Amino acid sequence: MLTEKDITPYLEERRGDLLRFAQLQLGDRQRAEDVVQETLMAALSGGKGFERRSQVKSWVFGILKHKIIDEIRRSDRERRLGDLAPEGDEVLVEQLFNRHGFWRGETRPSRWVDPDASLENRQFWQIFEACLTQLPDRTARVFMMREILELETGEICASLGISNSNCWVILHRARLGLRHCLSREWFEEER
Amino acid sequence: MMNCKHATRLLSESMERRLGPVEKGMLRLHTSMCSGCRQFGVQTRELRQICRAYTPMEADDDRDEDHHGR
Repeated sequence: MLTEKDITPYLEERRGDLLRFAQLQLGDRQRAEDVVQETLMAALSGGKGFERRSQVKSWVFGILKHKIIDEIRRSDRERRLGDLAPEGDEVLVEQLFNRHGFWRGETRPSRWVDPDASLENRQFWQIFEACLTQLPDRTARVFMMREILELETGEICASLGISNSNCWVILHRARLGLRHCLSREWFEEER
Repeated sequence: MMNCKHATRLLSESMERRLGPVEKGMLRLHTSMCSGCRQFGVQTRELRQICRAYTPMEADDDRDEDHHGR
């Protein structure tokens, strides 16, 4: 059983990772610091009965996600982005599709071998983070709100002050980019 | 025929909203003939599973446990 004495230094070590995630989601260093602080305090007062660090980790990240969602809701419409053309990713679309809009031979998706097994692989997650980082900031942020914080599209659009269709375009660009990056950097390596 | 750029966009939007019957029909026709877009659809759903399993702080956990534990 892990005790508070095991958990406290572990959380301190991981503070930077939490902060990086929070900052990407909130786009603001100070607010990120605040939610991470609240998260760590909640974690230290409530963490009981864990056997493994990996359990502590998912539990703490769960708290952080909720704190970030609360913060996003609190500051609803506070910092509207307004509709914008997707950032700098026309290049990506041209790289993936030919001028008729069909997959180029080398970019056509082929089957990912056993993605579930990859979830257990530490290197896979390093590649995943690197691929997320390659997305333009705003694209990554919208995508993570949708797929990692699991907010509904309507709420994301409202809080960022963008239209539904703009939101869908941004999510789509994120999927195209991330899928391509994971295929190239991970799944095709495996074959 | 609908091209892949359009088909992938609809596949992505199908994760966000219910597609209309015409869109669905055109998409089905396209994916029946295009393995790339079929895979794109599958991987869009796999990507969702991957994201749900994600936690930051992965970097050196295993090493920590090997080091301190067992």
